[in-house]
Amino acid sequence: MHIVDRRLNPGGKSLANRQRFIRRARSMIKKSVHEASGGRSIKDADSGGELVLPAQGVREPSFRRSASGGIRDYLLPGNKEYTVGDEIPRPEGGGGGSGSDGSQDGNGEDEFRFALSRDEFLELFLDDLELPDLAKRRVANTESVSYERAGYSVSGNPTNLALLRTVRNSLSRRIALHRPKPEELQALRDEIETLEPGERRRALEEELSRKERRTVLIPYIDPLDVRYKRFDAVPKAVAQAVMFCLMDVSGSMTEHMKDLAKRFYILLYIFLKRRYKNVELVFIRHTHTASEVDEDTFFHSPDTGGTVVSTALDEMQRTIADRYDPSAWNIYAAQASDGDNTASDNERTANLLVNKILPCCQYYAYLEVGRDIEHFPPGFMRRDSDLWQTYEALVASGAPMAMRKVGHRRDIYPVFRDLFARKVGTEIAAP
Amino acid sequence: MSATLKTERPLFEGADWEFSTVQKCHDAIQEIAVGEMGLDVYPNQIEVIGTEQMLDAYSSIGMPLFYKHWSFGKHFARDEAMYRAGMQGLAYEIVINSNPCISYIMEENSATMQALVIAHAAFGHNHFFKNNYLFKQWTDADGILDYLEFARDYVLECEEKYGETAVEALLDAGHALMSHAVHRYPRARATNLRMEEKRERERRQHDEQVFNDLWRTVPGQAAVRLDPTALERRRAILQLPAENILYFMEKTAPRLAPWQRELLRIVRQVAQYFYPQGQTKLMNEGCATFVHYKIMTRLHEQGKLTDGAMVEFLRSHTNVVFQPDYDDRRYSGINPYALGFAMMQDIERICIEPTAEDVQYFPDIAGKGNAMAVLRDIWANYRDESFILQFLSPRIIRHFGLFHVLDDADSPSLRVRAIHDELGYRNIKRTLAKQYDVGWSTPDIQVVDVDLAGDRKLIVHHRVLNKILLEENDAKLVLQHLADLWGYDVLMKEVDATTDAVLKEHIVSPRAGALGA
Repeated sequence: MHIVDRRLNPGGKSLANRQRFIRRARSMIKKSVHEASGGRSIKDADSGGELVLPAQGVREPSFRRSASGGIRDYLLPGNKEYTVGDEIPRPEGGGGGSGSDGSQDGNGEDEFRFALSRDEFLELFLDDLELPDLAKRRVANTESVSYERAGYSVSGNPTNLALLRTVRNSLSRRIALHRPKPEELQALRDEIETLEPGERRRALEEELSRKERRTVLIPYIDPLDVRYKRFDAVPKAVAQAVMFCLMDVSGSMTEHMKDLAKRFYILLYIFLKRRYKNVELVFIRHTHTASEVDEDTFFHSPDTGGTVVSTALDEMQRTIADRYDPSAWNIYAAQASDGDNTASDNERTANLLVNKILPCCQYYAYLEVGRDIEHFPPGFMRRDSDLWQTYEALVASGAPMAMRKVGHRRDIYPVFRDLFARKVGTEIAAP
Repeated sequence: MSATLKTERPLFEGADWEFSTVQKCHDAIQEIAVGEMGLDVYPNQIEVIGTEQMLDAYSSIGMPLFYKHWSFGKHFARDEAMYRAGMQGLAYEIVINSNPCISYIMEENSATMQALVIAHAAFGHNHFFKNNYLFKQWTDADGILDYLEFARDYVLECEEKYGETAVEALLDAGHALMSHAVHRYPRARATNLRMEEKRERERRQHDEQVFNDLWRTVPGQAAVRLDPTALERRRAILQLPAENILYFMEKTAPRLAPWQRELLRIVRQVAQYFYPQGQTKLMNEGCATFVHYKIMTRLHEQGKLTDGAMVEFLRSHTNVVFQPDYDDRRYSGINPYALGFAMMQDIERICIEPTAEDVQYFPDIAGKGNAMAVLRDIWANYRDESFILQFLSPRIIRHFGLFHVLDDADSPSLRVRAIHDELGYRNIKRTLAKQYDVGWSTPDIQVVDVDLAGDRKLIVHHRVLNKILLEENDAKLVLQHLADLWGYDVLMKEVDATTDAVLKEHIVSPRAGALGA
């Protein structure tokens, strides 16, 4: 006899098959991924997870008998009350009986569930965006370890004893081995009390002593029953980042513009997630006043008012001072706006940015979202917006920030890549 | 369990095991299996694997190496999702009908489970594979691994030469027809998969040697015209009717390239290799379960298993042989482990202490004494259907409370035809045997004719039993594959087996470029 240890063999023997399957079902999976991601918030946009595909496309057909109609014989176990000639009303849902005649593998699956890994999900999600290789790590990910619950084990530390599981095992063992119950013993004892000495009493006493012996032989809790809670080491992120999403929500921002902004934020978030295990999001919206809100309010509830960009920067600065010490946090900011700003505010905005915000930011991006470009007649030149002009002057004087215009969904990704590709040189100057 | 026997030291204590434990268990089990029970097995090879590898093995129908195809990836993805969600446990073992017999055991198993698995797979199944007549006749344990390696490499080579899509399209078609790719009746020549591989290599060499580009440009011979009246002759030449559809395609489909025929052949050989397993599920599992139960009990008697290990074994064993009643939520058909094990135990009982009823029903074996000899003979010479017909005893029928329900779609309710009583035994035995007959469980589909003189239409019949037609959507998809392989129209008639009336017709035309070549 040979024993071969195959555990060390390279794993993932099925990987080639899995890739073939994903390629085969690519269009369906992609659709499913997009559907799934539409319902997700920014935070779990990239978490991978379970997908449901219609079975039709990945069906493997074979000749098999139909599940309905015709004359069928069922042979079933566990007859309780039926005799020959009994009529049984046909069970609901066609078929009849319990399908013991069913085809061997013909489980009438109508949908197919399976889990995509995070990377597979990302690849498909960014498929029409093509996430480039942005692997320039600027902050080393130092990790420590924390412990998480992971099932049960048969050995462990007494403090980790899983009482419930242990007692459950002990109970089933006691039932299986017919350990006498205390009530049984007590009942026997009581009966013996009432009896006169004689044949019957002796028999009962014998039984009692037999049962008592059994009680001793079969322990209430056996080492066999004992289970411990198991803990697995899970790496914990130390390096942390915070991402500020700033957006103008005044009346001039349309749903389309907000959608563009949201897509950009998602990309940035995913991008950051790849570097930092722990990324926090802060949403700041502004009109002529600014406030920190939750994601839902940020994207979905409209607000009215003028447009004063510096209020958002003030708010951001305040939040940083309150909660995110620049020495402990990597700070990223992305601002989306249609470019409007109250003319008198431009200078203040520029000052705030250069003196307060940019020095403590890892990265600052400004995204000017416009209407769908196609809507403009050909040859029509748009005048640069107030904000654009202000920022352009800053960038020209060497401020470490990036700015782009986006008019259509399909531009988001190129712009995103462009932003990061260009930043590499200047970014190092702004740690 | 007399205490006097408990002289030996236990093979192991506690749940932990190492390779020496496995070796010790194997040796102790072998002593009992071969020495006391007289089993005859292939040499064993035991491979220790992890969860991921078990899932891998699942998805390639349990084989250690296999060609690549998306459907295996699909099964892997689904099994993995189910496993991770905790909806499905993994098998403790997988055993392969090969020489040496390979059993996979999981590293997560406790020492007791490893002993159980070795007794079950490495001796129970192993003995069955080596001795059952179906396996002897249809499978080639010596050559299977080499053949699979050849198949994998050949498929890979085809993918490189002709593109993944073309190979995938062909394998899709092959897989769809896999259930109709076996010869049900043995032919004279024995299977030898090593020869298969050699044959293919030689044929290719020959092709390469005689290849001469000149001949490509020579105008072909005018098509030979067959006498249209000689229907019988034509059918004889084409060996019609043919029930092995893939074989028929491989040999006669006019438009397939040689490599495509070879791929069909590979699919067919694999189907043929698994053919006996479908016919002996009940007996195979019954045999293995009976063997492991005997061996573990015996080990415990000898003192080689601790009481704790024995309890753990019994717990797992009772789970395996549990048969829920028909009205139980857990019911999903008759559990082959439960029925098989019960029947094997019953046969042993009949041999050793028969009742009057047993003597009446089983005069040949009742009271014969040597139960193992009787069982070994049964394991060698029966398949599920004949085994049930012969050995399903009234006692088992009563024990399981088996009853027969007739479901006629034309009548408003179901009717109980037989129950576990004197009058019903025969009926129940026959009905159950029929369920295990592959002739009943897979639809009877045959290629009956080809319109050679006309439009080369392929005519296929489904002989409809009990008025149960084919599942229409699936049938259409499969017929589409068939038409793609054939290259011309395919007509399927669903013909009632008793009246010869045509109940339904499907006609399918091949898709252009469906096979990608």
